[in-house]
Amino acid sequence: MSDEDQGILWEVFIQVKAGRPFKHVGSLHAYDKEMAMKAARDLYTRRNEGNGIWIVKAENIISSDINDGESFFDPSNDKIYRHPTFYKIPDGVKHI
Amino acid sequence: MNDKIFDYCLRIGDSSLILSHRIGEYCSKAPILEEDLAITNVGLDLLGQAESFLNYAAELKGNTTADELTFKRKEKDFRCLHLVQTPNIDFAFILTRQFLIDCYHQTLFNQLVNSQDERISGISKKAIKEINYHLKRSTEWILRLGLGTDHSNQRLQNAVNELWMYTDELFIDNETDIQMDNLNIGTLSSSLKNPWEQLVTSTLRSASIEVPEANLYSLQYGKNGFHTEYLGYILAEMQHLPLLYPDASW
Repeated sequence: MSDEDQGILWEVFIQVKAGRPFKHVGSLHAYDKEMAMKAARDLYTRRNEGNGIWIVKAENIISSDINDGESFFDPSNDKIYRHPTFYKIPDGVKHI
Repeated sequence: MNDKIFDYCLRIGDSSLILSHRIGEYCSKAPILEEDLAITNVGLDLLGQAESFLNYAAELKGNTTADELTFKRKEKDFRCLHLVQTPNIDFAFILTRQFLIDCYHQTLFNQLVNSQDERISGISKKAIKEINYHLKRSTEWILRLGLGTDHSNQRLQNAVNELWMYTDELFIDNETDIQMDNLNIGTLSSSLKNPWEQLVTSTLRSASIEVPEANLYSLQYGKNGFHTEYLGYILAEMQHLPLLYPDASW
């Protein structure tokens, strides 16, 4: 094992409480999934951050290419009709 | 009776205190960042447990504090086990020492949660959750080092062989044990031996590590105030600042 061999890269997601979404909090290195889970507990949940952990191998995440930005995302810029901004909200309706 | 409970609390508190100091010495030196944080977290848990026991000890003695007990006591007044005083030789030694102590803590605290002394049972109920995690973590590492490569297995076997002689102290009874057991405040150290051995040997065997023969190492034990050559140096470093700047605060 070389000094640089820190194991596999994993991405960590934490759920704040039951029913809430798991949110990405960071990454870590570990040699296998059990040790990754223990490292995640020690790195990311020591201060009451949540009570659920998901861990995914970073290589298993399919990511969009930053160079595809124009063709992927720009076309939605000028299509304001995709947002429901033309409705009149009746008085008395809250939380919108 | 109070002086025996005091002695009992010192033994448990001092052992956690000195082990947490040893772990603190290792901070920033673990092989990878994740392990550095994880082992340091264990050290912080142990420091918290030490504080709880030393706070109680200070109250029993009266007219003192946990800080005074920690920073102003002389070596012969400490009651920590020899095993926790052993130096950080390498990762295998640190993990083995931790694993042997974690198994000991789990068997001991499983008894102490039922202590007739409410204070001790209260501290123990909080501590056992942390201890259960410590043991899971150190067990995983024992398995990985033992089953990893020939080299990692040899390094681990070497650490187990070297540290084994310090484990007989864990199960030696003295006057304090007998009185604590009579009052159902604590338990006989000797009664912890079987459950501890089962825990330790099943993991070591699963990790392809040979369990050394039991050997009598010493008749002078830390729990009686007789220490290894290491403790004086640990205290010299730990007590240096408070001795230089008495009662300093920030």
